[in-house]
Amino acid sequence: MAKVEVPEGLWLRCQGCSKMIFRKVLEENLLVCPECSYHYRVDARTRVGQLTDPGTFEEFNADLVSTNPLNWTDSIPYAKRMAAAQEKTGLTEAVLTGRAYIKGRSIILAVMDPFFVMGSMGSVVGEKVAAAIERATDENLPAVILTCSGGARMQEGLISLMQMAKTSAAIARHDTQKGLYITVMTDPTTAGVAASFAFLGDVIIAEPKAMIGFAGPRVIWNTVKAELPEGFQTAEFMQEHGYIDRIVPRADLRNEIARIIDYCGK
Amino acid sequence: MSTTPTSTTTSSNGIAYLEFEKPLERIERQIEELEASQTVTGRDHSAMIRTVRGELLAARRKLYSNLDPWETVQMARHPKRPLTPDYLNLMVRDFVELRGDKNFRDDRAIITGFGRIGNLKCMFIGHNKGRDTKERLENCFGMAHPEGYRKALLKMRLAEKFGLPIVCLIDTAGAYPGIQSEERGIAHAIAVNLMEMPRIRVPIVCVVIGEGGSGGALGIGVGDRVAIMEHAYYSVISPEGCAAILWKSAEHAKTAAHALKFTGRDLLKLKLIDDVIKEPLGGAHRDPATAAASLEKYIVDTLRDLKRVKTDTLLKRRYARLRQLGSYFESQSAPPSKPKASKAGVKRARVIKPETPVETQAQAVPV
Repeated sequence: MAKVEVPEGLWLRCQGCSKMIFRKVLEENLLVCPECSYHYRVDARTRVGQLTDPGTFEEFNADLVSTNPLNWTDSIPYAKRMAAAQEKTGLTEAVLTGRAYIKGRSIILAVMDPFFVMGSMGSVVGEKVAAAIERATDENLPAVILTCSGGARMQEGLISLMQMAKTSAAIARHDTQKGLYITVMTDPTTAGVAASFAFLGDVIIAEPKAMIGFAGPRVIWNTVKAELPEGFQTAEFMQEHGYIDRIVPRADLRNEIARIIDYCGK
Repeated sequence: MSTTPTSTTTSSNGIAYLEFEKPLERIERQIEELEASQTVTGRDHSAMIRTVRGELLAARRKLYSNLDPWETVQMARHPKRPLTPDYLNLMVRDFVELRGDKNFRDDRAIITGFGRIGNLKCMFIGHNKGRDTKERLENCFGMAHPEGYRKALLKMRLAEKFGLPIVCLIDTAGAYPGIQSEERGIAHAIAVNLMEMPRIRVPIVCVVIGEGGSGGALGIGVGDRVAIMEHAYYSVISPEGCAAILWKSAEHAKTAAHALKFTGRDLLKLKLIDDVIKEPLGGAHRDPATAAASLEKYIVDTLRDLKRVKTDTLLKRRYARLRQLGSYFESQSAPPSKPKASKAGVKRARVIKPETPVETQAQAVPV
């Protein structure tokens, strides 16, 4: 069942154009508004279904969970927050990794989930991503990662920050072995994930209007105390400044990824 | 006479005390008063002064060996704390600054250059917060823009080309959060450093000398050894930022500081860093020369060790060091709906790769 950021119901009001849309139509259209092309956020399982050849996804490391190394409690205990996220999403963590096929091309895939503690990266996300990339290197397959994340997971402290270094090191190894790595940035790709594996793709794709950036807009506003430019930190803004290769609507992602794989060999 | 009256005691170096150091100030005041009365009245208080001095030393030892995380943050941000240029002056000979990223501009928030330490020639890279107001503004308080990270990488490549080991001194609240920083791809610049540093073919030693602020710190923080000065901290987010997000108020910064476990002692326990470098009593700012001597010894000893390792082995170990960072386990049943699973599972934690022994796996100590 697709989870969009709107209440359940047969009809919903589009967040982009405010028109009433039949939910089933939205879901059949890959959670993109048929009227205004607003790209809704997509949970990881649905995303895998949208992207890969049916029945080909074979998951890795499905059972990894965090040890809660800092024994963290903020407004609620971390363990409770995790349990709630697991309940809500049906996932154990904020990323799914595995082997899959896209239009018959074999790949190693990682898909992050925007609804699992904001797709934040702690030990498990770091480990699953690094392990998936190593697998891609060892099996000489392209790695494709769909990113969306609020950044490092504060509840695991510095361990989370270190996942940036760990995943990037795995990509360096993949790169040295001439492995192909494609990133698809989806809404939102920010902070620690943007500043590590998201921006390291050989080819960097983004979905239209996805928020992409390092510091949060509020933090920036607090520093500069000035109006932020129109469209600041969007996929289009990042492309204009030279950091995104292609902006690709969701419906074309399968095609685009397959095309790039064909150009890069493997 | 063993004592002479002075207006400020040598121990305080004329540096104002922080709130938690006030008890020391009271004892020092007492000594000053005794000394003053000795001069005025001509009576000999030297025995008493000796006793109180003993008390002062004991109180200082006790205070500084047990700083809590929030006090550590105050120390790390102390306006008089030695900065990268101070350490370079005190421990490096013949420093040759090399400026610019050869692409956009010279970011003063990170300084880079050749220098000699011990009998080793090295590349030094370090954040520079700036000492006076003018310099601080020029340096954005040590918060680097993308070109700062690109300059660092360019100099690392230069060091690699000529076989010079690299020393990174980390002292930043974070990368600069601004419009231009985003426009010029701050996330991309840091990401690229994280990808390139693991494969730079010379030894890299990183030391957090003050503030280790998030991605801005890590951007020059990947190496063969990572150490932290005794009163520095290294965190995924500032305590204020963390409090604002998770406690919905920056006033909880102190609570967040405790929760984040970012002091050297905690990070050592969590196996995220390799060493904690001792500071002189009262902190590096009260005796920069001694602090620099400890740092110099650490860097020289560490580089000597690393230079003995073959480059391929060095890089393999560097990768292995990064690869094991994390704390997770494979739950037996992985039931997403059972919150107890993670707690119970800690005890029967199964190692991810059966062929590697448990000790080498990433089992951070649950504190």
